[in-house]
Amino acid sequence: MEPLIIAGKHYSSRLLVGTGKYRDFEQTRLAVEASGANIVTVAIRRTNIGQLAGEPSLLDALPPSKYTYLPNTAGCYTADDAVRTLRLARELLDGHDLVKLEVLGDPQTLYPNVAETLKAAEILIHEGFKVMVYTSDDPIAARAFEAMGCVAVMPLASLIGSGMGILNPWNLQIIINELNVPVIVDAGVGTASDAAIAMELGCAGVLMNTAIAHAQQPVLMAEAMKHAVIAGHQAFLAGRMPKKIYTASPSSPTSGLIGS
Amino acid sequence: MVITLIVNGQPRAFNSNSTLTQLLDELNLTGKRLAVERNGEIVPRSQHATTQLHEGDQLEVVVAVGGG
Repeated sequence: MEPLIIAGKHYSSRLLVGTGKYRDFEQTRLAVEASGANIVTVAIRRTNIGQLAGEPSLLDALPPSKYTYLPNTAGCYTADDAVRTLRLARELLDGHDLVKLEVLGDPQTLYPNVAETLKAAEILIHEGFKVMVYTSDDPIAARAFEAMGCVAVMPLASLIGSGMGILNPWNLQIIINELNVPVIVDAGVGTASDAAIAMELGCAGVLMNTAIAHAQQPVLMAEAMKHAVIAGHQAFLAGRMPKKIYTASPSSPTSGLIGS
Repeated sequence: MVITLIVNGQPRAFNSNSTLTQLLDELNLTGKRLAVERNGEIVPRSQHATTQLHEGDQLEVVVAVGGG
């Protein structure tokens, strides 16, 4: 299968995964491995003052040599906070400039604030960041993010962590048809069929966290998602048969039946 | 002389004429993968040893954690 290309870099997996909400780092590691993902999102947070020096960290479970870290701005409600967070991330990750920008607008729905996101994206791109942007499924906003230089546009399928699946495939389809940069569904996937649907629409990839982390068996679900993304992408490439509404078409020969 | 710094939102007494490297050492953070912002500006790792801290400095010390 042809690789996913983001900002000129090739990735063999079209599944991107978050690293939050797992029981422990061991479960995180096992789930990420089972997912086959190359790109993993991480959050940037204040360190616990007084933490023991030898305490394990996420970077031990998921070595940056093996995975592409995608620092996010989860929890940021202003362009300024998002920009500061990603500047810290770049320093933390030795100049790594591929980032996931999200600026939220509401604590209940975690719906993106597109106006603030546009503001932040402009500053970040100017400062040399390669911005993968979380946004609503508004095709005009998606077009604006591409025009300003975002390296991937990542519309929601439904609310973050809701598992409600692909609520508006029609909007996603418009965005996929119009954009040239990778369109990656980010947020809302609940189970494997959701991921497959996103890929069948023609998405370049799917980013998820809760669907795996909050499955009853996260490691098994991670593997299911790997297969779903591959299956959905292959089905997209293969091109589905046309739908024949209320018109059956037998798959077996109509002649040569016994007793005829 | 003792100065007061704001580290991750909390006030903290610290010796004057000390550097960021000394503060991180006192906080048991030496060797950890982290990033520091002082008064809204990133302090690159290469400048930790030469960055003098002053009364009222606001420091953010961050790490990578699990997130989606």
